Amino acid sequence: MTPAEIGGIVAMQGFAGLSLFSVLLLMALGLAIIFGQMGVINMAHGEFMTIGAYTIFGCSQLAELYAPGFQPYYFPIAIIVAFMIAFAVGYLTEFLLIRHLYRRPLDTLLATWGLSLGMQQTFRSLFGAKEVSATLPDWLLGSVKPSESIDIPINGLFVMGLTLLVTGIVFLMLYRSRWGLRVRATVANRTMSDAIGINTKKVDRLTFALGCGIAGIAGAAFTMIGSTGPTSGSLYIVDAFLVVTFGGAANLLGTIASAFGIAQTQSITEFFLTGSTARVLTLLFVVAVLMLRPQGLFVSKIRR
Amino acid sequence: MKTAFRNILGGRQGTINLAILAGILVVVFPLTLEIFRLNLVGKYLSYAFVAIGLVMLWGYGGILSLGQGVFFGLGGYCIAMFLKLEASDPISTKIQSTPGIPDFMDWNQLTALPWFWEPFHSFSFSVFAMLAVPALLAYVIGVAMFKRRVGGVYFAIITQAIALILSVLIIGQQGFTGGVNGITDLKTLHGWDIRSDKAKYILYFVNVALLFLAIFACRWVISSKLGLLLLAMRDKEDRVRFSGYDVANFKIFVFCLAAMLSAIGGAMFTLQVGFMSPSFVGIVPSIEMVIFAAVGGRMSLEGAVYGTLLVNFGKTFFSETFPDLWLFLMAALFICVVLVFPNGLAGLVDNWLRRKQARKQAQQLDPVPIGAQEHSQKGNLPASPPKADSRPGAKPQAV
Amino acid sequence: MDQVKQGLKNIASKKVVVCAMTVLLSMQASLSLSADFPTAKVNTTGLAVTDTEVTVGDLHSKTGTMAISETGSIQAETLAIEQINAMGGVLGRKIKVIYEDGASDWPTFAEKSKKLLVNDKVAAVFGCWTSASRKAVLPIFEKENGMLYYPTFYEGLEQSKNVIYTGQEATQQILAGLDWVVKEKKAKTFFLIGSDYIWPRTSNKIARKHIENVLKLKVVGEEYYPLGHTQFNSLINKIKLQKPDVIYAIVVGGSNVAFYKQLKAAGVTAEKQTLLTISVTEDEILGIGGENVKGFYAAMKYFQSLDNPNNKKFVEAFKARWGKNAVIGDVTQAAYLGPWLWKATVEKAGSFDIDKVAAASPGIELKTAPEGYVKLHENHHLWSKLRIGQALENGQYKVLYESELIEPNPFPKGYQ
Repeated sequence: MTPAEIGGIVAMQGFAGLSLFSVLLLMALGLAIIFGQMGVINMAHGEFMTIGAYTIFGCSQLAELYAPGFQPYYFPIAIIVAFMIAFAVGYLTEFLLIRHLYRRPLDTLLATWGLSLGMQQTFRSLFGAKEVSATLPDWLLGSVKPSESIDIPINGLFVMGLTLLVTGIVFLMLYRSRWGLRVRATVANRTMSDAIGINTKKVDRLTFALGCGIAGIAGAAFTMIGSTGPTSGSLYIVDAFLVVTFGGAANLLGTIASAFGIAQTQSITEFFLTGSTARVLTLLFVVAVLMLRPQGLFVSKIRR
Repeated sequence: MKTAFRNILGGRQGTINLAILAGILVVVFPLTLEIFRLNLVGKYLSYAFVAIGLVMLWGYGGILSLGQGVFFGLGGYCIAMFLKLEASDPISTKIQSTPGIPDFMDWNQLTALPWFWEPFHSFSFSVFAMLAVPALLAYVIGVAMFKRRVGGVYFAIITQAIALILSVLIIGQQGFTGGVNGITDLKTLHGWDIRSDKAKYILYFVNVALLFLAIFACRWVISSKLGLLLLAMRDKEDRVRFSGYDVANFKIFVFCLAAMLSAIGGAMFTLQVGFMSPSFVGIVPSIEMVIFAAVGGRMSLEGAVYGTLLVNFGKTFFSETFPDLWLFLMAALFICVVLVFPNGLAGLVDNWLRRKQARKQAQQLDPVPIGAQEHSQKGNLPASPPKADSRPGAKPQAV
Repeated sequence: MDQVKQGLKNIASKKVVVCAMTVLLSMQASLSLSADFPTAKVNTTGLAVTDTEVTVGDLHSKTGTMAISETGSIQAETLAIEQINAMGGVLGRKIKVIYEDGASDWPTFAEKSKKLLVNDKVAAVFGCWTSASRKAVLPIFEKENGMLYYPTFYEGLEQSKNVIYTGQEATQQILAGLDWVVKEKKAKTFFLIGSDYIWPRTSNKIARKHIENVLKLKVVGEEYYPLGHTQFNSLINKIKLQKPDVIYAIVVGGSNVAFYKQLKAAGVTAEKQTLLTISVTEDEILGIGGENVKGFYAAMKYFQSLDNPNNKKFVEAFKARWGKNAVIGDVTQAAYLGPWLWKATVEKAGSFDIDKVAAASPGIELKTAPEGYVKLHENHHLWSKLRIGQALENGQYKVLYESELIEPNPFPKGYQ
């Protein structure tokens, strides 16, 4: 083992940590908006991600059937389609279910749990119980080699870029736009916002739908690194909640910091210990920190 | 004596409710169901302990725990360890490379019983551990959380994380715990075959008896000053704190109580079903158990029992009749309960009773004196109605 | 969507044909056969057997995380039973199936198996997939005296009068595969990977003993990840650090997909690295994508591409019944054997009684099995061959090697 090779491993391990960070952040971002900003405990978040994953599958089938020449380029467009479909389903969900429950946050948990069961069975009826796999364009597969001993996965880079883009847009929207101002006002004081003429119902609906749309993007991106099946969403939901809670729910910076912390803990312990032990250690770390800082890493100052 | 009696039974309406429940569980089910179905009911009733605990914790204490499955599992594992040791005597395990230890240890190349399994040779220790281990864990979590004033959604999510950790631990340490398979193939309790039909009958009635004891105990807590404080705490925690009470201690108490109740349920599950699985320690069953309580009505102890029975009957019936569609029906049930009947079954019954009473009053045109009306323990929050007329001549107070 | 519709149409039209054929054939058959085997004689223990019908159970997960894997088994068992019915049934009686959903939850498996045995009095149950579900129902089958046909390759260390294991036990699947990779690939070092539960752990234990004690080679790493784990980049770096000649992978479920996709993305492909798996069948490749496992090796007893007349007929019938895009993995084929083995056994015993079926089971042969000739051993496992396949981009395997029939040995000496 030469020093160059050890350096390569260190570099790749560093990248693994970063790539896990962006995966966690992307899956938690939608939830951070829904759970953090609105206080809705959306247990069906994983299923909204599955919508995104199945959208990619559907688009890849369509591309193969009708436009084989288009096949290398369909992926980015399919991600946008995934966003739109998940957004629409989220909009509908808010209208039919969530808006009746804003006064009872714990009840949203039960209702969305029921929703997630229903959605899983819907996927099963529509696409079959077996897993499916979208044909990914060739340029997304494989790795780049900056040096002989280093392989950087292209799909990892892609997820990283996507996460950066989505996080940036969310930040801009939340802190630099009219809509963001309204959302933050509604979070801070719903009654007052209502009083000064903000249509809080509309704000809620858009916020929820946007969170679901981002979940759709996340699900679409994860087809590159994970499975697409009726229950795929359940693989991500717990991690997503951990990241958001750990970060301090109402704070996007907190979500980013917590995704980073969890990702680094996990990928470093995984490298030096075995997988199962690493998982337990990571979770213990999260719980220990939460015991010390029960409101999460970053606490927004909100008058309650 | 009389007040204690009334407190435990919950007054006239409470006594009637209990009598109906007892009639169904002790007379109707055993007479109408064959033993296989009765055993299933027994299994459901072991979940009802958790639901009752959740009524105390969530309904009265306002604390939602999504980790009650942990305590259910721990209680079940304690009893399962005892039964497994009894089932693994050297003679029946003689084909193993180390006879006399549980089979899964042998598969995982353990050659001696781990130290923490040793005390579980004793039944009385196992029963003690069944109650003490969950209570201790609840105490530790409770102190860490409630003393720091963690509550609401955070508490729910943290209990979820704990459930996740424990299930990963149990599954990962399969040499000591049986891993994903759990502890299976349990046969006898002190030589008494728990798999026979007769044993299932006896265990069913033991379960029902324990369930009633649990309800009585909870009634007693609710009707004491503690119960009142719990309610007050749930509705305005700060005011209770400002009145000089240490809120955290009450919360810790009710959390430990709920944990112990769940553990009893877990133990009864193990005895009646004959194995214990780590799937209970995970997140999904914990959420399902919250749903049992929600369907029953989170403020009603009997409601919790009915809710548990209803959801499980539904699950069994739907999945036997429509194996491809039953998830849709369950999903619809959960959503309906939350949207349409937020107070669950008990809320429905309560409304009906109140309407009936109102009609009766209207017919008799005979106002019932204030105070004679039984305080309903279920249903709406005590949003104390203005009693301006209780003091004749009193003027509305200036606020 | 079109695919789904096509599938539905196929099912509908086929069902009509099969039903019509069944009615015609069974009318003929039951007139002759049932008379030879009066119900009172073939059913002395009160099973659900009438003059025209025998009831069996089918217990798999139709919902939950395991539905992904178990669906194939349900399809295969359904197909076999329909074919048997079309041929006139068993002892002149048509088979009626009660489907139950285990919901990927072991206590539910226990509840449903009890319902099938006690309530429905089924003559046999085809079902279970994971070891955990089998362990949960085993005491019930032994107590209520039922008959379970279990299709999955599994860890061994078990033998029961009430279970017929139609998949391979661990030594059948592992030893010959390791021998092959050592001989063909000149492998010296191995990295063992598994999901964290009993089958991968026991299998890797056997593999390690075989590598170290018999082949006198080296294991450079052994790693387990929780079921459902989706991030393998750290593991892949560890593999790169150790540079093993062979990765021996027993990852299952959703983790499987993540593992192979990330392996491919990290540049670990078949050109540079030998990987031998015993957990990726054609069913799993559907989810992983053929391009991600291309060139890797799998050791199991059956591949859809096997070239023999039995298999050609089976694949054709399967696709006709379940759609032209259906694939068949090792377990699916083993599940298909269940009803056929049961039929042969009942006919040999001349009775549906569980005890007689269990006693008649050893020595039952099936010459029509898609995997070739199989025979039931006294220990209720099947004699079977081991084959090595190399994954192709289209999701199929190219068969490279085929062993002799291997004797099942669920309690292997020296490997425990």
